[in-house]
Amino acid sequence: MSLIRLSAICRSYEMGSETVHALRGVSLEITRGEYVAIMGPSGSGKSTLMNLLGCLDTPSSGTYELNGHSVAEMDDDELAEIRNREIGFVFQTFNLLARSTALRNVELPLIYAGMDLDERRDVALAALADVGLADRVTHRPNEMSGGQRQRVAIARALVNKPSILLADEPTGNLDTRTGEEILALFETLAEKGNTLIVVTHEEEVARHARRIIRIRDGLVASDETVASASR
Amino acid sequence: MKLVAEIREGTRISLEAIRGNMLRSVLTTLGIVIGIVTVTMMAMALEGLNGAFRDAISFIGTDVLHVSQREWFIDSSEQWEAASKRRKITLAEVRAVERALPMAKAIAPMVMHNVDSVRYESRSSGQVMIIGTSEQFLITGGVTLASGRFMTRLEARTNRDLCIIGADVAEKLFLNEPPLGRKIRVGNESLEVIGILEKRGSVLGQMSLDNQVIMPIGKMASSFRWDPNCTIQVKASDPTQLEATREELRGVLRKIRKVPPGKEDDFAINQQQQLLEKFQKVSGVIGISGFFITGLSLFVGGIGIMNIMFVSVAERTREIGIRKAIGAKRRTILLQFLIEASIICLIGGVIALLIASGALQIARRFLPQVALSPTVIGVALGVALGTGIISGFLPAWRAARMSPVDALRNE
Repeated sequence: MSLIRLSAICRSYEMGSETVHALRGVSLEITRGEYVAIMGPSGSGKSTLMNLLGCLDTPSSGTYELNGHSVAEMDDDELAEIRNREIGFVFQTFNLLARSTALRNVELPLIYAGMDLDERRDVALAALADVGLADRVTHRPNEMSGGQRQRVAIARALVNKPSILLADEPTGNLDTRTGEEILALFETLAEKGNTLIVVTHEEEVARHARRIIRIRDGLVASDETVASASR
Repeated sequence: MKLVAEIREGTRISLEAIRGNMLRSVLTTLGIVIGIVTVTMMAMALEGLNGAFRDAISFIGTDVLHVSQREWFIDSSEQWEAASKRRKITLAEVRAVERALPMAKAIAPMVMHNVDSVRYESRSSGQVMIIGTSEQFLITGGVTLASGRFMTRLEARTNRDLCIIGADVAEKLFLNEPPLGRKIRVGNESLEVIGILEKRGSVLGQMSLDNQVIMPIGKMASSFRWDPNCTIQVKASDPTQLEATREELRGVLRKIRKVPPGKEDDFAINQQQQLLEKFQKVSGVIGISGFFITGLSLFVGGIGIMNIMFVSVAERTREIGIRKAIGAKRRTILLQFLIEASIICLIGGVIALLIASGALQIARRFLPQVALSPTVIGVALGVALGTGIISGFLPAWRAARMSPVDALRNE
């Protein structure tokens, strides 16, 4: 069974008097354990697709099934719960809470999931250790390097054991070497069986994935499996 | 369970946010501080006033009924006229009530008469209230003796030449001499002092309760008024029996005074409750108008809080987006900002209470009963919390309803 099943997804926005059709009928399936890159130039609709995949937004029409849940008709609070349980976000700008320590940032999804204090702390510490930040738990984001921040974000994304790790330009704000480190971390996560979806416009980044979906003008332009040799 | 965790988390975030904007937060509380200070002062003044009044009328006794010709409160001139036409309450009627009302704890007749002075040797007391009564007055009148004794039943019945004097009278007439056993002149009578009353103070600084001379009612009737108009004091066996006693007393009086069925009472049964109710009506009006004024200053403070909360929400739009992306529900975000507004207001409330307790020291000079009671503190903090929740609601609601996509896009 597919983890993600999109069929005939359309999403349009009202921009003043004009209606912008960001997605015009996207259908795709992603199964558990896949490592997928979504590519496309700006304005192609890939950000809209990412928002939909991440349950941050709902489609104008079409159906979206995520891990058996029909997401398209859910209300705000149901979506929040799905995001909490099923999706881990990694953003280009990290999006950590500036005033909170690494540990607190990672604990956040667990708080919203209703986990009690002691268990939460242990789980969060373990997640930070997994990304190699066991010695940085009490640091605040402004006391850490970009790479470390992104690792905190990844720990936060994974701490609830979500079905999907959804990364939006995860290396966009990092230098090449740090970016490579993050991609290597993704590699290990994929090998451990996590489902990864990376939205990017960089071929370099996309090439790490096993499958590349290209979006153009609100439609899937191509969907190819990457030959293992090219990795 | 989850809600508790969310409240704890919300409190933590709010404290961080407030600490991060210390100056702004403190300035914002200023409006609330002024509002709460007025609330507190208002509540303290009202409580003090109520307390002062209750103290003042305590001599009337909560469980004592006072039968007299007129009601204490007369609302119209017609009523006054009607009451004035009633027959006097005679001493004989008091005796009849005493016999007919065994359920009362004590029944005492009372006649009051002002005299220009009472004298001891060459000393004169100045104006004094003479009270004619029986031995039962010790129970109904709430008096206690500082020294000596009260009159006995026999002494009261046989109209002996004796009296019990108030603390002021004792002081004026005897200076430092012991008054017991001495004779004072009241009108044409020479009365032996057998007891001195405990000092009781005055009613609202006006009528002194220590400037009186108590004597057997029969003696007083013969020397001052042959036909006294009595008040009957009836003390119920216990406070819960007050209403039953009142009904019983009414029936007895109607019978004694031969009021035909269907006719109105030709006497009045008064009690402390009436006085309290009257006063509470007045203090209620003061309270409502006071709290209205207070409400205005709180309203201004509340607007300030609302304003700063809108700023806080706008500043943290991105944070709201992040939290929503991670799984915060509307309720979570709503709570977070409501808590922040409440904490700011509570800080204001605490500052206000500190200021009020300072002002209290000054207020004590005019109203010694004024105090910062737990009730007042509760009211002040409750009002502060309420203001926070009300004025924080709109901004918090706006935050809670933000779309995560838009919020995350916010730079």
